[in-house]
Amino acid sequence: MKQLDDKSLLEAFRNCERRALARMLTRVENKHPSVLELLDSVYDRTGDAWRIGVTGPPGAGKSTLVNRLVIRYRASDDLIGVVAFDPTSPFTGGALLGDRVRMETIGRDPGVFIRSMATRGHLGGLAVGVDEACDLFDAFGHRKVLVETVGVGQSELEVANATDTTLVVLVPQSGDSIQAMKAGLMEIGDIFVLNMCDRDGADEAYRELVSILSIRELDHGWRPPVIRTVARDGGGVEKLVETIAAHREHLVGTGMLEQRRRNRSAAKTKRLVEDVLSRRIWNAARRAKTMNRIASGGSPYQISQELIDEFYEEIHREQAHAETERT
Amino acid sequence: MSPEANTDRKVRVVIAKPGLDGHDRGAKVMAAAFRDAGFEVIYLGLRQTPESIVEAALQEDADVIALSILSGAHMTLFQRVLKLMKENSLDDVLLTGGGIISDEDIEALEEMGTGRIFGPGTSTQEPIRYIREWVGENRPV
Repeated sequence: MKQLDDKSLLEAFRNCERRALARMLTRVENKHPSVLELLDSVYDRTGDAWRIGVTGPPGAGKSTLVNRLVIRYRASDDLIGVVAFDPTSPFTGGALLGDRVRMETIGRDPGVFIRSMATRGHLGGLAVGVDEACDLFDAFGHRKVLVETVGVGQSELEVANATDTTLVVLVPQSGDSIQAMKAGLMEIGDIFVLNMCDRDGADEAYRELVSILSIRELDHGWRPPVIRTVARDGGGVEKLVETIAAHREHLVGTGMLEQRRRNRSAAKTKRLVEDVLSRRIWNAARRAKTMNRIASGGSPYQISQELIDEFYEEIHREQAHAETERT
Repeated sequence: MSPEANTDRKVRVVIAKPGLDGHDRGAKVMAAAFRDAGFEVIYLGLRQTPESIVEAALQEDADVIALSILSGAHMTLFQRVLKLMKENSLDDVLLTGGGIISDEDIEALEEMGTGRIFGPGTSTQEPIRYIREWVGENRPV
């Protein structure tokens, strides 16, 4: 598949050519100029996929659990998509994406599409276009999309906002209860998974986790349950699948799904606007100007105001220009 | 957003060890070197089949497949991967690699249609330079 123009790419995508999905995902990652238009063209096909976020500290067994869940979901022959994030090095911009190693079994299944993504420039791990990636999988016909996070930083919240059900995966050795509360993970989980439950201290950790969650405010009657698993051999995965289905029913039944998805669309709209504007503002000329003004001792407060004023002027000039063109 | 350059295009490389030899040090050294060069490395690890490698390259929209083979089975494995790449129309993906491979075999492989193959003693910088140039020429944004 050589370089494709947008029209043929879209056509290939609609014909369910997997290479087209791969290409579109790259465009999302690269923030390709035509990506918003492409996403808009397939948007009416989205809405059927259930999006599951899998988050938790590094080493909790997220990839292994995703592998298990996907095997289980494939029993119904639905197409399953997986997005697995690993961090980009803030120093070199490179990344080592190793999640496929633990997803080997599902990597050979043509009904499963795994995409490894680096967090790219965002320190703290804000995921590049995770929402857009989910839309593409959804529009392509995947009935479940699993998103695995880096395991540290802001990306966790980002993924929770982009998914319908968020699993927080912890292990008995994750640290004491206060650590877990500090990490901010306790607020975002719809379901808690205590993995590696064959390890020492599992019972104690389970009791502690249940006790912390009992003081959390209920979300429209949903108390986040704790599911014990041993992802390595598949223990507890069936129960987890049932619980995810129950959470889905809960969201649909209470009307929370509608509300969540509306909030998601609003947040996304805001982000897209900011992204487009930010890229437009920070062209090479303004980046250079900023550096020059700082080098000559300018104050950031003043420089930023100047840049904004100039930007508005630029817009006005363009509008005036377009007006004269028309008349 | 800080006023730094928008470098959105990344070189994506799938690194794998096809076949049965269990020595992944070379693959890991190259994975780290590629990462440090700013590439995104999709590391598949040991005992991969040509099928799983090509499938991964397709899903990951990789620019490059890099194989590390120390088992002596390089002629068969490279040939099989090339064939699968053709079948999946991955005709704009570079197949390169390295390992304990003699000069004659390297010549034969490159003749067969692979990219450059690197033998023992190659510096990590050489494949990096080669991949950068290849991607720049063959897969611009």
